[in-house]
Amino acid sequence: MSDNRSPSGYSASDASGSRPVDGPHAPESVRRALAQTWSDPPGFIGALKALNHKTIARRFIVTTFVFFVLAGILSLVMRTQLARPEARLIGPNLYNELFTMHGTTMMFLFAVPVMQAVAAYLVPLMIGARSIAFPRMNAYAYWVFLFGGILLFGSLALNSAPAAGWFSYVPLAGPDYSPGKGSDIWAQMITFTELSGLLEAIVLITTIFKMRAPGMSLNRMPLFVWATLVTQFMVIFAMPSIMLCSTALILDRLVGTHFYNPAKGGDVLLWQHLFWFFGHPEVYLIFIPPLGFISSIIPTFARRPVFGYPAMVLALIGTAFLAFGLWVHHMFATNLPELGKSFFTAASLMIAIPSGLQIFCWIGTLWTGRLNLRTPLLFVLAFFFILVIGGMTGVMVASVPLDLQVHDTYFVVAHLHYVLIGGAVFPLFGAFFYWFPKFAGRMLSERLGRWQFWLFFIGFNVTFFPMHLLGLHGMPPRMDVSVRHGLGRHELRRHDRRVDYRGERAAFYRQRRADAAARRTGARRSVGRGHA
Amino acid sequence: MQSALSPAGIQASRVLDLWHLTLTVCCVVFAAVLLACMIALLRAPRSTQSTPADLSGNERPERGISRSVIAGTIVSAALLVGLLVADVLTDRALSRLPVDNALHIEVTGYQWWWQARYAPEGGAEGFTLANELHVPVGRPVVVSLVAGDVIHTFWVPNLHGKKDMIPGQQTTIAFRADRAGAYRGQCAEFCGYEHALMAFAVVADPPAQYEAWAARQRQAAPVPPDALARQGRDVFLNNDCARCHAVRGTPANGSLGPDLTHLASRQTIAAGTLVNDAKNLSAWIADPPAHKPGVMMPATRLSPPDLQALVTWLGTLK
Repeated sequence: MSDNRSPSGYSASDASGSRPVDGPHAPESVRRALAQTWSDPPGFIGALKALNHKTIARRFIVTTFVFFVLAGILSLVMRTQLARPEARLIGPNLYNELFTMHGTTMMFLFAVPVMQAVAAYLVPLMIGARSIAFPRMNAYAYWVFLFGGILLFGSLALNSAPAAGWFSYVPLAGPDYSPGKGSDIWAQMITFTELSGLLEAIVLITTIFKMRAPGMSLNRMPLFVWATLVTQFMVIFAMPSIMLCSTALILDRLVGTHFYNPAKGGDVLLWQHLFWFFGHPEVYLIFIPPLGFISSIIPTFARRPVFGYPAMVLALIGTAFLAFGLWVHHMFATNLPELGKSFFTAASLMIAIPSGLQIFCWIGTLWTGRLNLRTPLLFVLAFFFILVIGGMTGVMVASVPLDLQVHDTYFVVAHLHYVLIGGAVFPLFGAFFYWFPKFAGRMLSERLGRWQFWLFFIGFNVTFFPMHLLGLHGMPPRMDVSVRHGLGRHELRRHDRRVDYRGERAAFYRQRRADAAARRTGARRSVGRGHA
Repeated sequence: MQSALSPAGIQASRVLDLWHLTLTVCCVVFAAVLLACMIALLRAPRSTQSTPADLSGNERPERGISRSVIAGTIVSAALLVGLLVADVLTDRALSRLPVDNALHIEVTGYQWWWQARYAPEGGAEGFTLANELHVPVGRPVVVSLVAGDVIHTFWVPNLHGKKDMIPGQQTTIAFRADRAGAYRGQCAEFCGYEHALMAFAVVADPPAQYEAWAARQRQAAPVPPDALARQGRDVFLNNDCARCHAVRGTPANGSLGPDLTHLASRQTIAAGTLVNDAKNLSAWIADPPAHKPGVMMPATRLSPPDLQALVTWLGTLK
């Protein structure tokens, strides 16, 4: 394989013994040889051995989307339980398992990996590389991830799912208060998925640094590639922290160490520091790649280059640095020193500046562009609405006094869904519409796209906006029953959750239609695939 | 009543003032961003996929947008610095609540209830109760927070923000109730199975009323007034109840469960789960897990007359 990527741009000689040039004018024999070299081996065993970055990335994207839907179904069960006061549709243990699974799946099995998967598909195409660096490591990352996810959902099927919340605070998740295998499985799943994340980071960084086409200097890279590069560096610094703390948790649980046992000199806050030192940058691992999606979508539909490229790149890098200085704002209710907390407030507020700068640049691009209001652009416009609300509530939770009231309440539940769904899932759907032709060789239906957009947009807001108010009225999250205190707003939300899911269903139907159509045109596409 | 939006104490009202300021600034910024978006959408001409790209921005600098973007960034940075100053000032004000002459209470969080120990003061001894604090209006209260097992969070939104109870560490929270009333508190940190049913009440009484309440709490349980109540006390002492619960003035001094010396003076049972009346109390004793799945208290099999006697006696523990 390495012959085909030789710097001279020539492939191995063909039957005639000459050295034919590949590229647009390559003869048919060279095309065939190249297609064969870069395609995956046939058959089931061949599928297991697949190394083509597009094959792996497609599997990765589909797998994360399956986890996304599963985690969404879990939340439907929870919302149905909470729709009526003191309803006991499911018991507290199953409820605790469900929200633990929901958060864990969305964070570790959907949001971070899907961004890496999309990058693994697109980055080589964008920088003019034939494939990705270390294709076997890339494939290995997928399989490790898949086994981590199967392990987690297998534990739910076997009724031994983790139930200590997605951030698994000790001592609740420790050996004394979480008997059973749930938290062990959780911590092992973390090791698998974070290993996968680290490997992908190495693959992507190497690809971007070493495999760009001649002439593509760093200052000419598409902004999505920049966003990917910045994100993968953050992965390398953030993920070891959670692998460390989850390994210490496993040791506490299975070997009898005392990292988190205060009676033996351990410290329960150690977990919180290590977890959030990963956990807050993680939000930006999820949020920065979508900034790259937006910077790709807006220029296309505004028919002009994005305004302020250097400022955008600097904003991405600035965000990445600041993201490592925020983690204590998850711990304002502990007894850390007041002055220290003020620094974290300042850092948490400051991170709004680079995000604001990018939003201003995009608005400037739209302002001076000629707009083609297609579905991907609609998702980007929804991002402006939803993410800015999420950013504003972020400014509120960054403040120590305000956070003391709203921390660990539904206000934060609303905030994080506004940030993560508005900041990541809406742009992701936009990106899906935008790049689907690249994946499948076919456009998606504009009419169904608009249906999906409006159902999703309205459903999302009616589902999550009232949670701000619930939080201010004092409702903590992770309550398995709605307690009667005039907090009847849950019911409204359940209905709109349904609207929300209709939006996702519309996306499904559209995808199935597209898949069916793609199968019909399958022969033609596979010819085309050899060149890309 | 439980809400951060109707403060009954100086701490909560300071936070609410900051909330109003932040909300106003955020709404203005949000409106400005949306307005800019709307104007951009309305004024920009429409295009199709075949419209050629406008690359003129690559040749000459776009000074107009540059100026607007720089101005927007400077204004947002200035607003954020303003909010930072307000945050820090409010935070300092919160930590400077004068606490001379404060009432000291130690609250311990257990899965899933609260134990409160009032410190001795002015020669009067301290006392212990569960799931309901009374505090005098206008006098600061310093609560030492202890975690009995896992992390819990003490939170009464009407009076102050929250503070964690952390195993192996000592935390405190100081607040002052300025308006009489009953305020609901709730464990805010997920603490396992029945985290949802771990509530408590803080009742702010006028000072004289508070003193009367405290004096009553200091006393041992009253002597059973009649034969039925006496029978009830014997049921309590001869069954497993006394192994976990304490009733001062009787031999019962268990420490695993809530102190029941003045159970009848409280508004709820089982950490805010049920209203404290005879019907709920007998249903609770007969089968606690039915009302609070996962609760440590086991079901107690008692004959109906015994149960009625027990509930009658508990009802006399005013």
